[in-house]
Parts: sequence; structure tokens; C-alpha cells
Amino acid sequence: MKVDTIMNKDQELKMLTTQEIKEIEKAISIVPYKKAACVEALKVVQEHRSYVSDESLKEVASYMDMSAEELDSVATFYNLIFRKPVGRHIILLCDSISCWVMGYENIKEQLTHKLNIGYGETTADGRFTLLPNPCLGTCDCAPALMIGKDLYRNLKVEELDEILKKYE
Amino acid sequence: MATLYIDNQPHEVHSGNNLLEVCLSLGIDLPYFCWHPSLGSVGACRQCAIKVYKDENDKKGKLIMSCMEPVTNNQRISITDIEAKEFREQVIGWLMTNHPHDCAVCDEGGSCHLQDMTVMAGHTYRQFRYKKRTYKNQNLGPFINHEMNRCIQCYKCVRFYKDYAGGKDLDAFASKNKVYFGRHEDGVLESEFSGNLAEVCPTGVFTDKTLKQHYTRKWDLTMAPSICQHCSLGCNIIAGERYGSLRMISNRYNGDVNGYFICDRGRFGYEFVNAPDRIREPMLNNKVIGKTEVLEEIKRLLKEAKVIGIGSPRASLQSNFALKALVGKNNFYHGVSENEHDMADLAIKILKEGPVRTPTLSEVEKSDAVFILGEDLTNTAPMLALAVRQAVRVQPMKDVAKANIPDWNDAASREFIQDKLGPMFSATIHATKLDDIATQTYYASPDELARLGFAVAHILDNTVPDVSNLSPELNKLAEQIANSLLNAERPVIISGLSSATETVMRAAANVAWALHKKNKNTGLVLTMVECNSLGLAMMGGGRLDGAFNAILHNHADTVIVMENDLYRHGSSATVDKFLKMCKQVIVLDHSNHATIKKAHVVIPAGTFAESDGTLVNNEGRAQRFFQVYESTEVIQESWRWLLNMGVNAGNERMNKWKNFEDITRAISEEEEMLKGVETITPPANFRIAGQRIPREPHRYSGRTAMNAGINVSEPKPPEDPDSSLSYTMEGYRGQAPASLIPFFWSPGWNSVQSVNKYQEEVGGHLRGGDPGLRLLEADPNSSANYFTSVPEVFHPLEDHIWMVWTYHIFGSDNLSARSSSIAQRIPKPYVMVSPKDAEQYKLQDGQVLSFTIEKQSYSLPIKINSTLPHGVAALPYGFEGMPATELPCWGIVKPVANK
Amino acid sequence: MEKPLTQHIRKDGRPLSLKEYEQVGGYQSLRKIVKMSPQEVQNLVKESNLKGRGGAGFSTGLKWSFVPMNVPKPKYLVANADEMEPGTFKDRILLESTPHQLIEGMIIAAYAIQADESFVFLRWAYKTAAEAITLAIYEAQEAGYLGKNILGSGFDLHMHLHTGVGRYMCGEETALLNSLEGKRATPRAKPPFPQVSGLFGRPTIVNNVETFCCLPHIVNNGADWFKKLSLTKDAGTKLYGVSGKVKKPGAWELPMGVTLRELIEDHAGGMQDGLKFRGALPGGASTDFLVEEHLDVKMDFEGVAAAGSRLGTGTVVVLDDKTCPVGFVKNLEHFFAQESCGFCTPCREGLPWIEKILASIDNGDGRPEDIKLLEDHTKLLGPGNTFCALAPGAMEPLQSALKYFKEDFERHIREKGCHYEMEMATKALSQ
Ligand SMILES: Cc1cc2nc3c(=O)[nH]c(=O)nc-3n(C[C@H](O)[C@H](O)[C@H](O)COP(=O)(O)O)c2cc1C
Ligand code: SF4
Ligand code: FES
Repeated sequence: MKVDTIMNKDQELKMLTTQEIKEIEKAISIVPYKKAACVEALKVVQEHRSYVSDESLKEVASYMDMSAEELDSVATFYNLIFRKPVGRHIILLCDSISCWVMGYENIKEQLTHKLNIGYGETTADGRFTLLPNPCLGTCDCAPALMIGKDLYRNLKVEELDEILKKYE
Repeated sequence: MATLYIDNQPHEVHSGNNLLEVCLSLGIDLPYFCWHPSLGSVGACRQCAIKVYKDENDKKGKLIMSCMEPVTNNQRISITDIEAKEFREQVIGWLMTNHPHDCAVCDEGGSCHLQDMTVMAGHTYRQFRYKKRTYKNQNLGPFINHEMNRCIQCYKCVRFYKDYAGGKDLDAFASKNKVYFGRHEDGVLESEFSGNLAEVCPTGVFTDKTLKQHYTRKWDLTMAPSICQHCSLGCNIIAGERYGSLRMISNRYNGDVNGYFICDRGRFGYEFVNAPDRIREPMLNNKVIGKTEVLEEIKRLLKEAKVIGIGSPRASLQSNFALKALVGKNNFYHGVSENEHDMADLAIKILKEGPVRTPTLSEVEKSDAVFILGEDLTNTAPMLALAVRQAVRVQPMKDVAKANIPDWNDAASREFIQDKLGPMFSATIHATKLDDIATQTYYASPDELARLGFAVAHILDNTVPDVSNLSPELNKLAEQIANSLLNAERPVIISGLSSATETVMRAAANVAWALHKKNKNTGLVLTMVECNSLGLAMMGGGRLDGAFNAILHNHADTVIVMENDLYRHGSSATVDKFLKMCKQVIVLDHSNHATIKKAHVVIPAGTFAESDGTLVNNEGRAQRFFQVYESTEVIQESWRWLLNMGVNAGNERMNKWKNFEDITRAISEEEEMLKGVETITPPANFRIAGQRIPREPHRYSGRTAMNAGINVSEPKPPEDPDSSLSYTMEGYRGQAPASLIPFFWSPGWNSVQSVNKYQEEVGGHLRGGDPGLRLLEADPNSSANYFTSVPEVFHPLEDHIWMVWTYHIFGSDNLSARSSSIAQRIPKPYVMVSPKDAEQYKLQDGQVLSFTIEKQSYSLPIKINSTLPHGVAALPYGFEGMPATELPCWGIVKPVANK
Repeated sequence: MEKPLTQHIRKDGRPLSLKEYEQVGGYQSLRKIVKMSPQEVQNLVKESNLKGRGGAGFSTGLKWSFVPMNVPKPKYLVANADEMEPGTFKDRILLESTPHQLIEGMIIAAYAIQADESFVFLRWAYKTAAEAITLAIYEAQEAGYLGKNILGSGFDLHMHLHTGVGRYMCGEETALLNSLEGKRATPRAKPPFPQVSGLFGRPTIVNNVETFCCLPHIVNNGADWFKKLSLTKDAGTKLYGVSGKVKKPGAWELPMGVTLRELIEDHAGGMQDGLKFRGALPGGASTDFLVEEHLDVKMDFEGVAAAGSRLGTGTVVVLDDKTCPVGFVKNLEHFFAQESCGFCTPCREGLPWIEKILASIDNGDGRPEDIKLLEDHTKLLGPGNTFCALAPGAMEPLQSALKYFKEDFERHIREKGCHYEMEMATKALSQ
């Protein structure tokens, strides 16, 4: 009987793409109530739009029958939901113990130097965003980093150029 | 009961409660932050650590959080254990790593829970030598100030705002030591209960922004126990003054009524008292005159005149009674519309003659099924809406108990319940803010709502007449409602005056009565319009149109209007005509309005803050408010002015009433239904150890210098002939009787948390019983005299719309609307129409609809509301420019000419 | 030496397909359990003395036994594949190479507690694993191992993959449940335990990936066989790992109870040339250091506990004599401070403070009283004082570092800087 909300929904639907909605709906179908799929919904939008802008956040929130606050409360809790624009490629550099022992600091220094950005920053050309990341779970092959979906292990400073080159 | 050994001393305590609550109830000082008696425990702050021992041989013990542990029989705990103490001290140490050292400029300073706990935990020296983290603050609107750096991350703000009060626009953001509490962007806090953040927050993160405009340390206020004037629920408040202006309203705990919270209308509506256009001087034909002169003038007028008096549902019993005494019983009229008058009478009849009692607000919180008929509670009786929000948790909480999760274990309870809610049915004219917790909603015209009620009642008891032509859908809904009510242990039916339709209230009564045959625990709440609507009705008196007729037919020629703007209750044409025909119009009031503009004599009445008086809330509970301060010599209670007039006029009866107590006693003696009102507070000569109860805390500062700019010799403080409170800081230092508590304070507890020290047990009744006396009690043995006339199906008429009221928490109440903070929250006048009607009249949202009601034309922008039934339109009650005619009634839509 | 969990891992690292897995005996255990009662399965696992491999080492069978059996659906089962404990990389191996083994284990567990819904909570960074599991769940569904009426037994189980969005707290089982519910991953109070009120308020079991992977083998070979795999009282094999400056870092499935020395010297090939063993975290970042005197400690739950630490995840992080222990601990505490959920005071405010103290000691701003402050904190943030086990875990390496490497801390303060760095710098200069 809550016609009001349904009506508004129809208008706002247009802003999420059909593909996004399809993916979000799939996540919703798994859980007992809609809100429970909100982390999935954030992931879906981030997957398609590289980060969750304020506008995206509001769209998702309204689709999930949540307030922007409720959703942002969840979004800002997690490390890997990006609420600010990010580069085309995200470099996650492992800064945890085994990598630290195996020379992480050297890698970090070189990376920040080569990219001319610090943690949390994006290169001027929008190519890379550099983030520290807790243990990537490949400690026997430390130091390590991830770019996008690719994991690089047993890193050597000399290899960095070669690696970065792969990402446009 | 259980025996609990605290540092080897045995205590008899309630089993099942958590140890923190138990210790606090025993009067022990144990620091805490994240726990709250109404919000339960979550164990976040770790401040309430104590030691628990396996048995008497266990010397080492284990550190636990007292708020998270239920008390068990023969349990042994220690509060003084050195490890526990050191840990508690360090919790403050941790909080202080980031909490700024800005107490001197913090609004909370001196009444701060964090300061109290810092002292209590014994944290004195700082060991952290690094930078503090800082945050950006948000603009949260006119009520609440935000200063995030002070946050100690106790999570109580979100737990109150979101979990308890159902707000959606305040939350916790980010994580680790960057957790942030606020909105996702700047903007007005939407909840009607946002002001409670100022009391719930243990530091100065959320503070009262209106207090900031005229800031005073809380201990520098002159305070008195008072009653909120802004709706019919009668929440208990503390009002504080300094330098002749009212500075702050805060909650005054009453275990039966408002508990720990009040709504934003109640908290921020006070500034009408300080309004620049207040009536501060007597006026004769728009000229200021003195007190004696005005009384002389009135004496002269009254001698020759045939006088009638028009009272007010927002004035005290005493003032209404004094007016009635002055003009005579037959010349006393209620200053309310016919509908309001008759519905208030109907309410009394239902509550008094029927078998079903009105539960208190705290009892409503414990109801396990709710049926709301015709009331948009969030806007007409906000704290009742908050109570209903708790009631929907009652049913699922029964499963929580079965799973052996203590009800105070808040997070665990909520995780167990998830999104389950108990039965709550809301049948209103259009969508309301409570719909998010409703099992089912039904939107319809008032008569249709009544029909649903009748149908439910008929299902419950088939001696209630059946409803003809009920759609199968509606029948199904009625059955669902009836079943839910039947399955409940403590069901409550809620209705009231706002639908302005008697059939709705009758239907509600029928449901309650029919249910009562099956379940004696059934409750019925009827909300009224104003703070003393019920009290006024209980006193008897004519309708407003009677007053009009008296003048129109020359039975009278002079009117005394008391604390009332007639233009709010009668159509402007009628009121204009009425006032014009009166030879003399004498108005007593504190705030400016249209009627005053037409008055010959204007008399400055005291507001609640400058007055003593008694109000009767919708529950029939008589409650006393006390004068906070004497403002000027000429501003005094209406009843005092009326007594002056009576004495001048040689009124024998009135001559005997010298003060508040005399008049209150007279009420009790003469007014059948108000018997006993004089007993609700100790008498004016009540003293403890020979002393009065001070309105000012002993920390009150600058008294000798306050008037130094005017006169260096300190003036004598005013005497209070009407109560046992003093206007000074001298007097009895201990706890006053419940009805006389001007502020809560206890050694070591300077913040509002000190209230816990005043209760029989924490979160329970105040010591000696919660204040107020219920004057209306139903007789459970009386038989239900059902109402039998079922309204017809509502049929929309062509070119007509059925005009009804819709209420706004901010705007519908005339007094609070004058407060600048509230004024910022009042929407512009509008007319709400259904999408179908908008389409029919070819109007888009915001375009103007022209219509006439009783020949008067109105043009208002439309607000399309898809839940409003076709053929019905709603106008915001009490707004500037609204027809003061009796709604509901038909409005005629003017054909759109200017297209 | 039997290596039930890893014996079938392919050399190329590609995950075993359903077919390949079935060929090596995969999913056979299901045919056995459907002939058993749930209670019998629980008893079998209890008898096998399987202890949880997620770090706490709680008896798996016993944990299951707290799940109420005669309650309406749904009941939930969750695989904790969040693996974010620094120094830990064991579950990744199982997830990437034998996803069906995990699924089979989960079906057994679900059957034992009669759960009908299940989730794999996988950390975001494990992209390869995510693909492998997605495919494996699909294959298992198609083959009728998941879904309705599994193998005609009348038992239903649905399984979903949930990838996390990055926070160590998500590994804590109650925070994990909150995260799965689409909430902030803050932990929940216990009691009530998840077995009673877990995911969506329903009875729920959370187990570690490696724990699940043991189950098919226990069902196939019996409790006794499982117990005998071990060298000590704690049953089964264990996936051990070693990282740090050893010659051959890596992970190996070995009988429970091998010594730390064997791990480091035999399997990891000993310390890198020119370096000496100084100490090690036996099982991830939140375990106490073991030092030289502990090299012969048997790496099982009891043995490591007796040496004053915890087996934890069994993945060893080695500290060598040229690496600064202060910097080492600072790195760990930085991690913990970053990953605190911010719910309770000691953890939220205490850990950043500790990190700041360690940083100032490390960079030469330390003061003598700092050591006492750190020591006090290791006690103040101990078990029970904070809401969950994150902060107490964070205190383990710190308190043991203060015990075994105190001189290093003091020297930093005395010399106003890091002598390891100085040495490195001097060496670099002299070259
Ligand atoms: C901060 C924190 C992080 C944890 N992370 C993990 C994890 O990544 N994987 C895991 O299996 N257990 C983790 N645990 C332990 C789990 O809470 C839980 O004990 C475990 O999943 C139970 O599985 P088991 O009984 O099979 O060992 C963590 C605990 C804490 C306190
Ligand atoms: S803002 Fe206030 S109430 Fe909210 S967490 Fe911070 S200190 Fe607590
Ligand atoms: S009051 Fe007990 S932990 Fe906060």
C-alpha cells in the first residue's frame, strides 16, 4: 500500500543501469531482506563506475530502501569501497610484516618516486592510485603488490618499470 | 531477587538486571558512557569495568564490563579493586588522547558527563604527547550544534537517533579512530527527536543551538519544574532562565510520562517567551498604561457591562477557572471550535463512562499491538509516536527472552530480532512517518477510517453494528487487525482529535470496548489538541459559537478573551463581526495575534515560564508547572490578573483567593471532575528542614553582580507565595519531592545523568512516585455502551473536495511556531491533494489551487501526495492564512480560469 | 607422510575441476554421511579431535553441538576465508587449488548441523580463489552436490560466495556475520553465541577454510586415522608456512606437532646466509614471539601455548638478527591500529597510541617512560578488557617483544634512533 515509495523508485531507477540493477537484484535474491545486500550493491556500482560517488551512493541507497546515511555508514567502514575518484588502475602495496621484513620500504620509496604520488593519491594522468594494503596473503613471496586483479610477488625494485608499463 | 556481594558487602537486588544498572540503583557511583537505561547495553566504551570473582576463595578475579553481565545469585564483585580502578582510569586516558581540552569554551562544560566521569575515574594527568585527530563539523540545522572533535565514540547518539527513535539521517561513518557521527552531508536533522542528542551525548558534540544564541552555563540558570505547553501529552520539562529571558528547556524525567526524552517542538518551542513582539505592557486603545490604571479602567468597564469570558485550551486550569468565576458559569465559553469542544466532551465521555483506561506513555511503550485510527502521531503527539516505536519491539522481544538474551543486551537483541516488528496498524488520511513500522497502513477519508474501525469492532464483538458495503479487501484488513489485537497481551488503540471527526473517535472507542470484553488489559489513548484541552473540557463551559451568539443576540456586550486567538477557532468573517459588535474587547495574553489587534484593552499575561498553573494532559493527568522567574511587575499569570479584576469588581468568592493555592483548592471543591488537583504538589508552605527548595543550583554565579549595571546594591530576591520553591540558590540541598524537582544534580553528577540518582531504581519511578494525578479513571466494570451509527461510504463530489486538516509538528502549534528555530522548520502554506485530483484540476505540484470554503476564497500551491485518497484535500492545521473554519467540510474548487 | 589436504594439488596451480576432484575420490564422503544421522556426523568429528584452524583452536565438533537441532529453517554455515592476518597465507593455497575440497567439507558440516544456507566469505584480494570457487560452486550444483535433495537424501544446501570489501575485522566471526548482513563489520557481544543467534539472527556456524578441508578426510578415513596423522595429541595435519628471511619461504602440509626448528631449518631451508634466527611469530601477527630457546617446541595448540604463545594460524614469520624488532613490532601495531573497527575505546584509542609510541622510539624520540607505557598497555588491552580479540591479539607480539628484545627498545631510546639502520647505513657507506 506504500504507493509513494514505489512511484519514486521508478523515477530513480533510470539512473542505475539495467546491468547494474540486474547484478544488484541477483545479490538481493540471496539474502532474506534487501538491505543485507547493500555491500554487494556498492561493489556492483564500484565495479562499473570505478568508485562510488556521492550521486551513486544516493542512487544505490534509494534503490536499496536505505537513507544515504545508512549506506554511507557501511560504505565508509570498509577499506575497499572508494568514495573518492580513483585512477584507472589501483595499486595495492602490501605493507604488512613479511613484506616489511623483505624490503617493502624500498619498493614503496621507488613507487612513490616513480609515480610521484603518495598513498591515497592518484597520478596526474589518472592512471594509477596508490594505496597501502594489509597482508596480501602471499607472505612466502614477499614483497608483493596488486594492480587491478594481478598479483605481483617476490618484487624487485628493478621490475617496477616493467610492471607499470602494462597498465595504460 | 538475588544476593550480590559488592566488595564483600551483601545487597539484595533484582536478578536478571545487568550489574551496572544494579550498582547504580544501589546508589553506587560507577562510571559509564555507552549504557543508557532506555537504550540498554552494548559494551562499547569499556568504562564500567569491575571485577567479578568465581567464589569467595577467588582472590584474583576477572575484569568484566558491568553493563554486559547479568547479576546472578551470590555473585561476588568488586568496584574498588585496584586493577578495575586503573582500567577505568585509563579508559578516560584513552578518550582524552583525542578529546580536546576546550572545556572552557564548550557548551557542555560544567554539566558534562565526560567531566564527571573523568573526576570519578580519577584520571588527572595526561601521558599522551602526540597530536590529536581533528574532524570537520556539520551544519545540522537550527536545533543542534555539531562539534565532532569532542566525540568519545560512545555510539549513544546513533543508538538513540536511529535505533530508538527511528531516524535515518544520522549515522556512524568510517572506522578505527576516525569514526565520525553525523549526516552524510550538511543538512537539517530530520528526526522530530533530534534535540535529545544534546542530552544523550555525554560530551559537547551535540548541543542545543538555541541555547548558544544566549548561552548560559547550566548551573547559572534559575530553573523550575514545568510542563511542556505544545501538545496534549504533558511531557515534563525543566525550564531555565537568566537575565530575564528563558534560555533552555530540558527533559524532566517522569517515569510514567516522557521518561528520558522530549520532542523538538517541546525543547525548542520555548522562544516565543522571548519574542520581541511579546505583550509586555498593559495597553488601552493601543497606548501603554500602568497596572493600576488598567485595572481601574477594567473596573469601570465591567461595572456597566454584560460580560462574557472566552477561555483557552492552552491556559491553565487556574486561569480558566478564574475567568469562569469572574464572568459567571453561564457566561464562560471555551475558546475552541464546535468540533473541538464536542470531541473533547466525547473523549471525556469515552474515557470516563467506558470500561477502558488510558495507559500512560510508558505503558504504551510496553503494548504489544497497536491500532492507530486517524492520528498522524508524529505530528500531533510526537512522544506518543516515539512510544509506539518502542511498542512494535515488544512482541519480537518475547522471543529474545525465550532465547535467554537479556532485554538490556541491546545489540544482541536487535541482531536476534533483525527486522521483525510487532503488530501495528495505522489507518490515517495519508501516509505518516510511523508507516515504516506499520504492519499495514490504510489511507482514507475520515469516515472511511471510522468504517474500518467499526468493522474491526464488529469482528471483535458482533453486537457492534456491522458495516455495510465493506470491500472484501477492507474486510480482510479488519480481520487481520482484529486478530492481531486479540492475540496481544496488552493491545492499545490510539485515536484523537486531529481527524476532527467524531465517528473516528467513536469507532476507536468501539474497538477498545469490544476488545476489553476479551482482554482487560486493553488500553485506549485519545490525543487532544492543546496542552490543557482536556482540563478545559473537564471544567465545562459553552462552545465558541455560543459566545458569538451571546453578543450577536445582545445578551452580552463585552468580552474577556484569555490566552486565545479567536481567529484560530472561528472563520475570520464571524470573528470580525463578533469583535466589531463587542463594545469592549479585553484580551489577556502574552503573545501577539490577530485578536489582540482588535482589542480595546490588552493585558500582559505571563507565559508558562512566568506562571504557576496546572494542566490536564490527554491521559487525564493533572500536572503542575511552576513559575521559573518573575519577569516584570506587570507580567503576571492570567489568573492573577483575573483575581485582581474580581476583587475590584467586588466578587466575594474571588476575594477569598489570595494565591495559587486558594484558587486551586477552590477548583478542587467546585469542579466535580477536578477534585484533588490541589494535592498534586506539596503545599506552598512545605519546607524541608525549614527551608525552601532553591530554583538555583549552589554553583549559581554572579548573583551580586547581575544587576550591577543598574544598581550596585543587590536587590532582594522575589518571594514566592505560590510554591515552596525559592528564587535563590539558598535552601534545601537534598532531593526535593518528585513534583518539586527544579533540576537534577547530585554530588559528582553534574550532567543530566544525575537523574539516575532520583529514581527508586534506575530507569524506574522517581522517588515517592512520578508526579501528576490521574483525574479520569475508567470503570473497568462498566459495560460498553457502543456507538451505533456507522458512517456511510465516502463519495467524492464533482468540483468539490473534502477538506481535512493535516498536522505539522512545526507550525501547527501556535506558540512554538513563534520560536525562531522552529520557524525555520515550518513549511510554506499549501493544500495537499491526491494525484487524481491534481490531474483532474490539471495542476502540477506547486501550482495554485483556488477553492472556497463557506464562501471564503483561498488560493494555495498544491502538494501532491499519492497516499491521499481521491476527493480529499488536506490543509496544514494552524498555519498562517488557513481557513479557521471547522474542518472537515466541503470546499468548492474554482474552475481554472487563468490558464 | 600423508598429506590429505594438499596431496592432489596440481603442479601448475590450476584448481582441480570437479571431474579431476571426483577422480581422486572427491565427494565420496557425502555418500557416507547421508547414511548417517547429523548427530553421528557430529560425534565423528568430535571424536576426531579436530580443532579449528582459524586461530583459536576450539574443538570443531563441540562447537557444532551448541547448534539447536529442532528449530525451523533457516540455519547458516559460513566458511571464513577472510585470511587477513599478516603473515598468513595458508587458506589461499587451499582456496585456489582445491575449492571442491572446501565445498565438500562445508556440505558435511552443514549436514551435521542441518544448515540449509551457506556462504563462503572470501577476502577481496583473493581474485584467483574467487574465480575458482565460483566455478566450483556452479559445478557442484550442476552435479547435485549442492541444491535441493542432495544425493537423494532429502537434505538441501545452497551455497553463495561473498567477497569482502577489505577489513581485518571481517575475519572475526561475529563481525563477519555483521558484514554478511550488509552492516559495518563491528563484532557482536558473546553470549549469545552465533550457534544460537548468528547470521540474520539464526543459528550459525563459522569455521575456517582449513578446518572444513579436513572434514572429507575424517569422514572417509575415520577419526582414528585422523588422530594418528599427528605427532602429538592435537589431531591431523596442519598447513604450516614460513616467511621472512629464510632461504626457502613457503607452506607445507605436515603432521601436527612438527617442531619450529624442523619448519625453519628443514622445510624453509634455514636462515638466509649471513643472518641469524632471532625470533618468530609462530602463527601470524597476533601471536607471541618465540625465540631461540623455543626452537624445539612442538607446533601444536598445546605445545606452543606451553611456550607462552599460540599456534594461531601456524604460519611462522621469522625475525632475523639484522632486522629491527622495534620496527617489526611497529609495523604490526600499525596494522592493528589501522584495522581496529573503532567500536570499543581501548582498541580504538589505545592501538594508535601504541603505534605512535613505537614510531617515536623507532625514530629517536622515545623516552624512558615509554617502555612502561607500552607494558601497561599490553595488560590493559588484554583479553576480556576489549570487546573482541583483535586488541588482545595485537598485544601478543608487543608484550613478548618487550620481554625478549627489551634491550633493543632501551637502546633506541638511549641512542635516540635505530642502531640497525645506523649499521646498515655505515655498511652502505663503507662499501
Ligand atoms: C580480529 C580477528 C580476525 C580473525 N580473522 C580470521 C580469519 O581471517 N580467518 C579465520 O578463519 N579466522 C579468523 N579469526 C578467528 C575467527 O573469529 C573464528 O574463531 C574462526 O573463524 C573459527 O573457525 P575455526 O573454529 O574453524 O577455527 C579472527 C579472529 C579475530 C579476533
Ligand atoms: S557524538 Fe556523542 S553520543 Fe555520539 S558517539 Fe560521540 S560522544 Fe557518543
Ligand atoms: S557502559 Fe559498560 S561498556 Fe560502556
